[in-house]
Amino acid sequence: MGVVSSSIRDQEAETLQPEPLPTVPRTELAISARRLRKVFEDKIAVRGLTLDVRRGEVFGFLGPNGAGKSTSVKMLLDLVKPSSGDAEVLGRPIGDLQAKARIGFLPEHFRFYDWLTATELLRLHGRLYDIPPEALRHRVPTMLETVGLSPHSKKQLRHFSKGMLQRIGLAQSLINEPDLLFLDEPTSGLDPVGRRLVRDIIKSERERGATVFLNSHLLSEVEVTCDRVAFIKAGEVIEIRDMNSFAEGRNGIRARVTGISEDVLLGLHAFASSVLCDSELLTMNLNGPELAPRVLRYLVEHGVEVFEFTPVRLSLEDRFLEILGADHGL
Amino acid sequence: MTHAWIMAGVTFREAARKKILWMALAAGVAFLLLFSLGLHFQMESFEDNHVRGFVRRQAVSGILMMGFYAIDSLVVVMTVLASVDTLSGEIASGAIQAIATKPVSRWEVLAGKWLGFSFMLSLYIALMVIGIDTLAHFITGVAARHILRGFGLIWMESMLLLSVTFFFGTWFSTLTNGVLTLGLHGLAFLGGWLEQAGALTHTPKAVDVGIVASILMPSESLWRRAVFEMQSPLTTALNFSPFSGASVPSPLMIGYAALYLVLFFFLAIQRLEKRDL
Repeated sequence: MGVVSSSIRDQEAETLQPEPLPTVPRTELAISARRLRKVFEDKIAVRGLTLDVRRGEVFGFLGPNGAGKSTSVKMLLDLVKPSSGDAEVLGRPIGDLQAKARIGFLPEHFRFYDWLTATELLRLHGRLYDIPPEALRHRVPTMLETVGLSPHSKKQLRHFSKGMLQRIGLAQSLINEPDLLFLDEPTSGLDPVGRRLVRDIIKSERERGATVFLNSHLLSEVEVTCDRVAFIKAGEVIEIRDMNSFAEGRNGIRARVTGISEDVLLGLHAFASSVLCDSELLTMNLNGPELAPRVLRYLVEHGVEVFEFTPVRLSLEDRFLEILGADHGL
Repeated sequence: MTHAWIMAGVTFREAARKKILWMALAAGVAFLLLFSLGLHFQMESFEDNHVRGFVRRQAVSGILMMGFYAIDSLVVVMTVLASVDTLSGEIASGAIQAIATKPVSRWEVLAGKWLGFSFMLSLYIALMVIGIDTLAHFITGVAARHILRGFGLIWMESMLLLSVTFFFGTWFSTLTNGVLTLGLHGLAFLGGWLEQAGALTHTPKAVDVGIVASILMPSESLWRRAVFEMQSPLTTALNFSPFSGASVPSPLMIGYAALYLVLFFFLAIQRLEKRDL
């Protein structure tokens, strides 16, 4: 563990504000993290992760590359030791073996002993979960079928493609029928058919009652599968949102205008959380859909010529770019 | 502990599946055949030259010790090369993540791997040490004085190196681990010879250098004690073998080596428990 420089501590002091208490009883939470922080030498990987994930929900964890997503997941899985903070997973402290027995995990790039066959790999992981051999005799072929690898059950992993490795990784994460499933970039290396498979598995896991923690930077994946989503940036959760707020909301405005002054632009902030005017294109995220007519009236009354005025749906992508900045690599 | 046995089984199967075990056994058998052939021709030469029984016995004893020395060197290389990648490689590739997230303690992962390698190396050492002694006895009628003590000490040397390799594997990359472990053993090797030479030439300072080297890495001490146990005192006294008995590691040093082995094993566990994967 490296020494944290004073400048980092200063930054920390500014950003680590007291977090509100959870509104959901702890027993109903699959994950409860409070100010989890990880510092690698002089780099803060995770500044202070605070979030609650309810049991039975599919929770998306979104952020650009290097935002601290994987480190956060690894801390929750006891692979990386937090520098400070604490968390509970399935009501038990991080690293608790009873909790681990109910967790499944697919790493971003699944790698394992390449001399094992697909069947042997699943049997081994099943044994590490203490699943009786009789149960494994049925479950292993079922899992192989689920991930579409039945024809390759006797093939060694060294002969697997990247996509096939990801599929067998997915199968080992499901072998114990987990209560909590961590998927770290699960579609990495998968073709469209494989991506569809991942979506279907997430759906069936939710139907089974499992909690899914989906770590991804693919917005489309999150948009289709998740109930809630957390945006993480520079090692900190910026916002947690219900996915319904994207589906129902039509809170955006896109307009083509001329003759708009700085004062009028400033005045628009009374209606919107963000206002952007680039040449003639005015883009706003309204505080409520009912405000659109009032905005139009305001513009006209202040002498702005409006050529086009369209309410638009604020998508996950819009919000992602708004929060994280368009210049971050996705 | 069940999980440790599962990991031990996987590790042993890995050695077999990757052909490490079979290649080592094949090379071992080839070595034993070659040694037997050499010994057989040497015996024929003794017959032709009418070498007397006493001299012949001492010469054969010396040759046998050189055979044991070759085996010891093979064991050292085999121990380090077979296990050098097991922790550092899996940490670097991320393969260990799939195991560490299962309801398995990290100590069980490490202990299991250690047991797997230990079982494989024990088989190898038993084949080689008992094999060469049995062949020598069959061909020449000469055998090691205390073969089981010799076997135990060579086995302990291997386990010590295994623990050290595991320890460095929790800190460094595969290459650095190999360089460090073999480098330390090289230091001990040099120290051992310096100590011997110092004792023969009555140079206490050289002996001290050797002792310090043995304290830093006691692997070579175990080999020198093994020679002392296996070689007849007469062969040593008559200098029929290159392995002098001028400075024999004491039982205290053997105890220290045992402590060293256990310490490095637990330090490796402690480090793996604390480190990020």
